[in-house]
Amino acid sequence: MTAVEQPETPLGHGNMRRKEDARFIRGRGTYVDDVTLPGMLHGAVLRSPYAHARIVSIDTSAAQAHPKVRAVITGETLAGLNLAWMPTLSHDVQAVLATDKVRFQGQEVAFVVAEDRYSARDALELIDVDYEALPPVIDARQALAEDAPVIRDDLEGRTDNHIFDWESGDAAATDDVFASAEVVAAQDMLYPRVHPAPLETCGAVADMDAVTGKLTVWTTTQAPHAHRTIYALVAGLPEHKIRIISPDIGGGFGNKVGIYPGYVCAVVGSIVTGKPVKWVEDRSENLMSTSFARDYHMHGEIAATKDGRILGLRVNVLADHGAFNGTAQPTKFPAGFFGVFTGSYDLEAAHCSVTGVYTNKAPGGVAYACSFRITEAVYLVERLVDVLAFDLGMDPAELRMKNLLRPEQFPYRSKTGWEYDSGDYPTALRAALDLADYPALRAEQALKRERGEQMGIGVAFFTEAVGAGPRKHMDILGLGMADGAELRVHPTGKAVLRLSCQTQGQGHETTFAQIVGEELGISPDDIDVVHGDTDQTPFGLGTYGSRSTPVSGAAAAVVARKVRERARIVASAMLEVSADDLEWEKGRWFVRGDVEAGRTIQEIALAAHSDLELPEGVEGHLDATCVYNPPNLTYPFGAYVCVVDVDADTGQVTVRRFVAVDDCGVRINPMIVEGQVHGGLADGVGMALMQVMAFDEDGNHLGGSFMDYLLPTSMECPSWELGETVTPSPHHPIGAKGIGESATVGSPAAVVNAVVDALRPFGVRHADMPLTPAAVWSAAQGTPLRTDLAIT
Amino acid sequence: MQVPAQFRYEKASSVEHALTLLDRFGAESRVVAGGHSLIPMMKLRLAQPEALIDINDLDELATISVEQSTLCIGALVRHTDLLSSALVGEHFPIFADAERVIADPVVRNRGTVGGSLCQADPSEDLSAAFAAVRGEAVIQSADGVRTVPVREFFVGPYQTVVEPGELLVQLRVPIRSSASAYLKVERRAGDWAVAAAGAELRLADGVLAETGIGLTALGAPNFHASEAEDFLTGGPATDERFAEAGRIAARHCNPIADQRGPEAYKRHLAATLVDRVLRVARTRWNGLHPEEEAR
Repeated sequence: MTAVEQPETPLGHGNMRRKEDARFIRGRGTYVDDVTLPGMLHGAVLRSPYAHARIVSIDTSAAQAHPKVRAVITGETLAGLNLAWMPTLSHDVQAVLATDKVRFQGQEVAFVVAEDRYSARDALELIDVDYEALPPVIDARQALAEDAPVIRDDLEGRTDNHIFDWESGDAAATDDVFASAEVVAAQDMLYPRVHPAPLETCGAVADMDAVTGKLTVWTTTQAPHAHRTIYALVAGLPEHKIRIISPDIGGGFGNKVGIYPGYVCAVVGSIVTGKPVKWVEDRSENLMSTSFARDYHMHGEIAATKDGRILGLRVNVLADHGAFNGTAQPTKFPAGFFGVFTGSYDLEAAHCSVTGVYTNKAPGGVAYACSFRITEAVYLVERLVDVLAFDLGMDPAELRMKNLLRPEQFPYRSKTGWEYDSGDYPTALRAALDLADYPALRAEQALKRERGEQMGIGVAFFTEAVGAGPRKHMDILGLGMADGAELRVHPTGKAVLRLSCQTQGQGHETTFAQIVGEELGISPDDIDVVHGDTDQTPFGLGTYGSRSTPVSGAAAAVVARKVRERARIVASAMLEVSADDLEWEKGRWFVRGDVEAGRTIQEIALAAHSDLELPEGVEGHLDATCVYNPPNLTYPFGAYVCVVDVDADTGQVTVRRFVAVDDCGVRINPMIVEGQVHGGLADGVGMALMQVMAFDEDGNHLGGSFMDYLLPTSMECPSWELGETVTPSPHHPIGAKGIGESATVGSPAAVVNAVVDALRPFGVRHADMPLTPAAVWSAAQGTPLRTDLAIT
Repeated sequence: MQVPAQFRYEKASSVEHALTLLDRFGAESRVVAGGHSLIPMMKLRLAQPEALIDINDLDELATISVEQSTLCIGALVRHTDLLSSALVGEHFPIFADAERVIADPVVRNRGTVGGSLCQADPSEDLSAAFAAVRGEAVIQSADGVRTVPVREFFVGPYQTVVEPGELLVQLRVPIRSSASAYLKVERRAGDWAVAAAGAELRLADGVLAETGIGLTALGAPNFHASEAEDFLTGGPATDERFAEAGRIAARHCNPIADQRGPEAYKRHLAATLVDRVLRVARTRWNGLHPEEEAR
């Protein structure tokens, strides 16, 4: 092994070790479960063993009698406070604690508050719930059957399990293209239900101060400000009396966007007992009850000419949303950003329709680094392109190259109305193919096939759309998707940046200090980033959908530029020249034509607090605030090549190589970008090969622990081979596009395409994820598995 | 956080002390060694023993030695020690093969050989490995010591012949001229086996004088494939006969469908893995005995 060189702190962008890592690698992080308050009590949730059952009665008397139990809260208790139901992020309601029925296995039924977490857990076993089992709806494809049990009979007038129909594109134009196309390929495919499974599970410590009336909640949230507003609306508490603190967060991936019943129960527990209450879920609770991802049953069709020019896409999706419609996405986008399913290709027409249904499974649906369902969209189109290549007998890389959008088409308005900001797709694909030495791989594959060995090469190209808003198009529960930032410069020239978004491991404390450092010429070491505390930071919508750098990153740059302009006014007073006669070089203003006559940002900061007579426009410091409302999404993209070896006799897949060329625009800290890509690629390998939450016919969750819900390890990951192209975003202040989810979005298709390519000698054209050994073997036998159900 | 129900904790200072404690706390007590099966089950409240008897201090059970041409593996030997033992590797490479794919280094550092066998999980790798090499289990109680062939050690899933008041203290394997190997199919490193097979063989005058075949996660009675062994023993070690032995093993095991795969797939794996692992064992035999290479 070679030692990694410690890069010096750059005065702005560039490689730099993460400022937050010192505390993490020394075990000095402060997570929610590390928060301990005087007199704090502990909560535990009783959960339903049934997927669908009527609650006949709940007897809590034995639990109440436990000597260490302080409170037992049921749906009935909450109903008295008008809190038994809460709004979801998709304009539905969700039970906080069940009153009438339980609608998924693991649903919250009662909450015990006790003096310690052992007693709280013991007392759960003393609660006697009488359930009357009801037939569950488990297979989403049966949810709209005429005789399907109605899950949401709590909703007035509801007689089926239909949630919504949504469509995008031009149906008639698409039908015309398909009617006259020389070639049409169709494929059913499932993007199965998976879980973000962050290392830290969800939890909260709620402290209602009965004297001041102030509620403080330490909680695992990616969106502290949105949570504060929602608590105010749900609980009827005055918003200035609510403080949400999101301390160190051990991974989010979308799992920590919404508000969970456990959080509300902790708050109610604190109100009822007058003491702080901690509730932290365990691993099984996290997997079984919190936001899942995907669960899209897709039927895709692709139309083309015989020589491989792609003409159109037509898609129908059945979306399993679980028992409550709790997807976290902008209001006007019930299928998230699935509308970008036309991907990276130049088409004549496209149309998709999505139908959302209720099933007896946990709610959620937009999570796991999916960029609001772009993961599903990319998987769909990239698999369809491979299916087309299979039917045409064309090389899948060549087919892509032939159809990619060309650089001169940008900004490009897609057939479903998205305006791609910038891109040079052929260059990225060529870079990936070169890095992989694609022709040599194909030659090796041909040789191996002659020997009866199965090797597969998968190519995928993706276009992401991240950085929501703008606010006029995108809101969550009416809150426009824009982010605030505040920058204070102390007299000695050190600075504090206050952000609305919240890191969950992405390295915000470093990246955002570097953004400000680049704009002001202050060392990132001298800039503290404050986030995750609603009392200390400006309002904003939070970190998800790869939006931190596109939105809060832009806010940081803009607010730094405001500071720079204030510094210019102060410098003009210091140098006794007009501000118009000053020029900026990184870290100082100087007099145009006289480079020696200048003042550093540090000198100017001190002067701004001194007895210097300040000119108009500056009152006494350099501090500034801003709100950044993005004019458009940013569109990162990339080209991936995956190489696998498949043992067709056992079904085992080995990912031998993975080449990833990402273009996320300007890279602020390339080391952090690469780290994000590494994590996302591992996620993609996991989803493609092992991760799934299947359910048996009774609705039992078959992935409720890490023994059953498999996450990839380093053993399944090859040494990633990364490349890059840089196409700046034209509308972002520093040209950055966001990277957090790119690899998760793009990599599953590359892995699946590789495995299916390896199985070509068996005539396999498609196989659903996860491609476990059993699934691979079954596909090769011509008897593919239904991966979302119990294997029988 | 998952938390177990209340239990009493006792630390044994000697085998005799452990047996006394087992007598005192009776059937509702459990022995804890590495704890990598029992503690998770307690945290999930699938197991709620009234007392735990900790035997981790019993160093006399943590040794690997050869006594009278028998390999003696203490019940408290950690997986990692079995994996790294040159002595074990020299005589029975099947154990190193198996250990390399048991869980992960963290688990292997704590988990024990005796604990693995006593857990009797149908997917446990060492049970099949010891069954393949025809090991013996040494069980001690206040009444004395008894020895049970590993092939008679298991009563059913998660059940063994170890009675309340008894402690598994040692595994013994007679050392003889042989070659062995173990192969496993798993969904991911560290996962329990989808299926696995172990083989041990000895050739004499070109025929298989001894054959042992262990099967993991395939519902084979006492983790071995006796019909396939019977078929092979006494005949030559040819590819065709290995393939046929695989087919016989596949016919006679009883895998059940679960999220690791349908029954047909697991039977197919039984055939494939038995065939393959026999070939590996044969290659090793030939490496040890170049002068009388098997036909």
